[in-house]
Parts: sequence; C-alpha cells; structure tokens
Amino acid sequence: MAKKKRKVPGLNGSSLADISFILLIFFLITTSMDTDTGLVRRLPPPPDPNQLDEDVKVKGRNVFVVSVNMNNEIMYYYGDESKRVSKTGVQPEDLREIAKEFIANPENKANMPEFHPADPPLPILGAYPVTKNHIISVQTDRSTSYEVYFQIQNELMAAYNELRDELAREKFGKYYRHLDPESDEALAIRGVYPMKISEAEPKKYGGN
Amino acid sequence: MGKFNKNGSKEVPELNTSSLPDLIFSILFFFMMVTSMREVTLKVEFDTPKGTEIEKLEKKSLVSYVYIGKPTKEFRAKMGLSSRIQLNDDFAEVGDIRDYIYMERENMPERDKPFMRVSMKIDQETQMGIVTDVKMALREAWALNVVYSGGKRQ
Repeated sequence: MAKKKRKVPGLNGSSLADISFILLIFFLITTSMDTDTGLVRRLPPPPDPNQLDEDVKVKGRNVFVVSVNMNNEIMYYYGDESKRVSKTGVQPEDLREIAKEFIANPENKANMPEFHPADPPLPILGAYPVTKNHIISVQTDRSTSYEVYFQIQNELMAAYNELRDELAREKFGKYYRHLDPESDEALAIRGVYPMKISEAEPKKYGGN
Repeated sequence: MGKFNKNGSKEVPELNTSSLPDLIFSILFFFMMVTSMREVTLKVEFDTPKGTEIEKLEKKSLVSYVYIGKPTKEFRAKMGLSSRIQLNDDFAEVGDIRDYIYMERENMPERDKPFMRVSMKIDQETQMGIVTDVKMALREAWALNVVYSGGKRQ
C-alpha cells in the first residue's frame, strides 16, 4: 500500500484580498452616510376631548399672527384691536426682523408682549423679565404651498436663534449654538426666549 | 574603517502581504456595521425645501419617515398626479399614519420611545392641506417631535 506521506499543498490565500475588496466596495456603495437634516420642531399635544371648549385666553398684545392665503401672499398682524399693526404683501425674509422685535419687545411697546419676571427663576439669570406669554401663530390655507410655509417656519426659528445668540453673547460671551444644550446657561437662554410657534389648524380664507 | 559588504544580496526583500486580507476585512466589517441599507423604495418624488436654520439629525434608529410628494412616473397612471403620502413601502392615507406610528414605536426599545422623531420629507410644491392633515394625525398619535426635512441653503 502506498504509505507515502503526501504533503498537503498550502492554500493560496493571495486572492482573499481581492475577494474582500469586492465585498468592501459593495458595502461602500450601499452605505448611505447621508444624514437627514431639517427644521426640528415640537407639535403641541392633541386637544383633550374632556376639556371644555374654552378659548385659551391670550391677550391681544401677546399674539403675532402670520397668515398665508391660497395665493401664497403673506400678511402679519399683532397688537390689540386699538393698537393693531398689520402689514400685507410681506416676504418671508421680512418676518425675521419683525418677529425678533415682537418677541424681545426692546422698547416695551404697548402692542407687543408684556414682561413677567421668570417664574420659577431661571438658572444664573434669576427672575429675568420674560415675554413668556407671547405666541406666534402661523395660519395657512389648505392651498398654501409647503415651500412658503417652510420658509416662514425657517425665518421664525431664525428670529429665535438670533435672539438667543445675542443674549448668550451679552451674558456669557458665547453663542447660544455653541453652548451645551443641557447646561445651565443654555437653560437660562431658552427660559428667556422659549420657542412658541403655534401650529394652528388652517382656516379657510375667502371662497374656494 | 567602514566596512561595506559588497557580497551580500542586493535584492530588496518582497513585501509580505499576508496581512492585507485581514486589513481589508477590518475595513469591510466597519462598513458592514455602519451601513444601513435603504429600507424603502420611494414611490413618490420629492424635492425638499432649503432653509438656514437646519439641524442635523443624529441617531437614525430613532427616526421614522413620512414621505409626501407626487407619485413617480410608473405609478402616475394608477395614482394620478396629486400629492400622496408614502409610509414604508407603500402609498397610504392620512388614516394609516396612526397605525404606522404605533408600529414604529412598538419596534423601539423602551428607553428610546420618548425620543422618537418623525421626519417629514415633503415636496416643496405640496399644498398645505395634506401636510396639516398629516400633522394632526401625528399629534393624535403622540408623535410630537417632528422634523421638516430640508437641505441647507447657502
């Protein structure tokens, strides 16, 4: 019988690299590294059916209304009936400045939101006067284009972000966006300028 | 004095490539881990608007998607040209959103549930009516963290 010891030839592993390269390239291509980006918002909780249908009482001076009609024409108004300021034919970019002025009310105008000392006191800043009751309401028609709505939301968020940046610069010498979102500084800034953009149900303006 | 060995072999030794497969394998594993294959085939077309206050979304596992746009070409004959909602792989109605959100939430680990986000990828030309309906449905399903998906404008 053949008792010759046969030598098993060594496996040639040089093509292993090629095989794994092919796999690597496959995964490289299918990988979607792209991250989603967008405007981050929080919706109000659903209306409570047990709640009495009682209009939430908001003083006229605290409300800033942006409304868009079916032709994508923007108007805004704010203030009580007697001191109402309204403007039609607004571009989305114009909203930023006016929204900033409304939220911060630097000249303490009577038709812009009133100040209340922060309660409970804010970290670091304490009982800082805050326009905490203000509300920005965006009203759209069912035929309004989403693009316009998005731009309005964008400008309103820009208004808040700029105000927060300015305050953070003044108080802490840093931009708000560079603060750690959980830090006391950031909490204080958010307490002074809480984002209050209401997501009201659309109204029908005019005939259809 | 310095000795220069002139008799030694001048051949450069061959590079040992036996560890190359291991190297490539480790890169491969990295990509296998970070890869998330596109889970849905899009049946609607959308071109999201651009803004300046855009934030990046981290942790993809927390994000669910709602797509709104015009049906792609192959579905136009069947579905028409008006804006439609797509959830997962299929067209859906506003009424389906609630169940979709509950399903998505069910598939999340308990501790992540409060951080669930819904990214709405909506075409610019969509009318607000359908968007508002979707938003109302999301509110009723308690999916309150929403993202209006959009790119960065320079």
